[in-house]
Amino acid sequence: MASATILPLSVESLAFSTGDVTVLSEISFRVEAGSRTIVLGPNGAGKSVLLRLMHGLLTPSSGSVRWAQNDEALFRKAQAMVFQRPVMLRRSVRDNVEFALRVAGNESAAPAAATQALEQVGLLHLADRPARLCSGGEQQRVALARAWAIQPEVLFLDEPTASLDPAATKAIEETISAIHARGTTIVMTTHDLGQARRIADRVLFLHHGRLIEDTSADIFFQQPQSPEAAAFIRGELLW
Amino acid sequence: MVKKNLNQPSPFAKKSRLRVAAFLGMTLLTVSQFDGVGVAHAQDKFIVVASTTSTQDSGLFGHILPLFKAKTGIDVRVVAQGTGQALATARKGDADVVFVHDKVAEQKFVDEGFGIDRREVMYNDFVIVGPRSDPAKTAGKDAIAALKKIEAAKAPFASRGDKSGTHAAELRYWKAADIDPQSGKGTWYRETGSGMGPTLNTASAMNAYAFTDRGTWLSFKNRGELTITVEGDTKLFNQYGVMLVNPAKHAHVKRDMGMQFIDWLTSPEGQAAIAAYKIEGQQLFFPNYVVLKKAA
Amino acid sequence: MNELGDSFRIAWQLVASFDANLVAITALSLRVSGVAVLAASFLALPFGAWLALARFPGRQGVIAVLNGMMGLPPVVVGLLIYLLLSRAGPLGALGLLFTPAAMVIAQALLIFPIIAALARQVIEDAWGEYREQLVSLNANRSQCMRALLWDTRFTLSTSVLAGFGRAIAEVGAVMIVGGNIDGVTRVMTTAIALETSKGDLPLALALGVVLIVMVVLINLAAQSIKTTSMRKHG
Repeated sequence: MASATILPLSVESLAFSTGDVTVLSEISFRVEAGSRTIVLGPNGAGKSVLLRLMHGLLTPSSGSVRWAQNDEALFRKAQAMVFQRPVMLRRSVRDNVEFALRVAGNESAAPAAATQALEQVGLLHLADRPARLCSGGEQQRVALARAWAIQPEVLFLDEPTASLDPAATKAIEETISAIHARGTTIVMTTHDLGQARRIADRVLFLHHGRLIEDTSADIFFQQPQSPEAAAFIRGELLW
Repeated sequence: MVKKNLNQPSPFAKKSRLRVAAFLGMTLLTVSQFDGVGVAHAQDKFIVVASTTSTQDSGLFGHILPLFKAKTGIDVRVVAQGTGQALATARKGDADVVFVHDKVAEQKFVDEGFGIDRREVMYNDFVIVGPRSDPAKTAGKDAIAALKKIEAAKAPFASRGDKSGTHAAELRYWKAADIDPQSGKGTWYRETGSGMGPTLNTASAMNAYAFTDRGTWLSFKNRGELTITVEGDTKLFNQYGVMLVNPAKHAHVKRDMGMQFIDWLTSPEGQAAIAAYKIEGQQLFFPNYVVLKKAA
Repeated sequence: MNELGDSFRIAWQLVASFDANLVAITALSLRVSGVAVLAASFLALPFGAWLALARFPGRQGVIAVLNGMMGLPPVVVGLLIYLLLSRAGPLGALGLLFTPAAMVIAQALLIFPIIAALARQVIEDAWGEYREQLVSLNANRSQCMRALLWDTRFTLSTSVLAGFGRAIAEVGAVMIVGGNIDGVTRVMTTAIALETSKGDLPLALALGVVLIVMVVLINLAAQSIKTTSMRKHG
């Protein structure tokens, strides 16, 4: 069942602007299989835009986003994304997960895979509850179950716990670890230093749309190369 | 509540298929109740008769059609329009039989080959109605004189103005009185462009004179200040004719059933039924079918 | 004012005695408009969804025309269908003129733009909220359309009801293509027109009262179904 992997992802000279505003410029890096990459930076740095460019929701103004496989169908199917605000369909929790599976072409195995995914995130007892009636934390876990079920190679997460309380945040982080343990590469944005410290093994630090640092997590938190990164880690406001 | 089988297939996928099936079934069931949905049912015996609103409003059809159906089992579907529109409907082949009251237009219809076997069936009469106070002093038996008085007094007059048989008759009387009513257009002569009932509504609201058939007047309930001022003038008699839409022009015309209706209308039985129809004890329609001697 | 009082009294008498004529006319009104709204929705909802998601040159023009057609005069639609279905017209051989089927067709045509235009707006608004997630999941156009149609079903039901209201209230189209034939194509609105033209205003008004009450009841029922569903499904 081993299909060709879409990693590593090469981002080269990526730039993005809307109207007159340059959001990102001259971004280049690689994402290797199995890593837990955190895109860190103050609000407005361009983290969400970068994530969407990598996932294919936005088209670059210049530069390229290149997967190891050229086949678009292949590399689209091998990714999933969880957004800051979960988008739940107006149906049950289970149906939300099965929807993702059916769309991925997995019709017959959908019920079993959905059950397993819900079990993994601890939501099986809510399987038949209307998803929109669940709490924010529960909905985010449904989104993760959705992602878990389709077994992507790369999971993008855009500030997934920004609007959640600490208990819910812990649950989400544990699920992300489990997903990573199963072999999925994680690429996540956050402005929460603590979360970055807990999860990252590699950090991309963005500021004003530029990639300021690209290092392993250890080096970044102990010996940041740039003054901006140092200031950020100290907790200062960067503008 | 413990779920026994956690691997049940999602109810949604099944539900949507069921929903589609239910909708289709329901539509088919409903549509199947309709008559004439392009599928000919052997047991659907009906003909379409184009007639006039004044005939329908008089209530005559409600009286005679059940008798006809009881005898022959044929459903007569009356589409009631103005005479002009009824003849247009028949000309296009959208009716099987025409039953109107404008001899001149009917004759033209036959001459143009659209109608065959025209027979005179019955007549009713027209009356002139007006405000109780009768400002133009029209009361009496002379229709032409009344119209002259109305024009002289410039008294408000509501006309149908809709190319109907009644309207055509009204215009003939104005002509006989040597008056062009259009000279009063917009002032005392008001054309409503609508049927007898709406025109009487307008006359009632405006306290105007109007020219109407007795049948509509007797069943009209919104009289206000209006009453009959002129009646009994033999010139006011209104002849009804019936004819079959020519099957040579429209092959789908239901010739047999149409002729059964025409035959019945002109039979002693049908003629008696027409005579028997009364409103407030008054006979409205006077049967006058006479077997024409064959032209030599 | 007296007439109004008379009308309510007559209306009550008709309803309480299950007047056979009233029942038949009401049933036909419901059947014709009901089937018309179902048929129109069946086509208009997917069309609205497709238009909401499609991008092509001239799209704004199509939307403007569709919105404009919400104001189609019923009598004009009736005339067009009449010319089509008349024996002298292209579809005359179907023999549909002066039958309830013709009325269904005319009404369905009349309300298609209403349902489609409203659906398009509703789904385009929802698409703004759902787009990124659905694209991320690699849902194709058709899967997106179906997901959005189902998700916006409560709002869509309001547009369907709007279409039904328009259909059951109109008189111009059904008068022309149906012919107001007693027992065959006479519906509530054409019956009201007939009684008015006969000068029997209290009866006409009474029928009007029955029609309004019926439409209000239908809307109340739909609203309560919607509220309970929304509470259950979020």
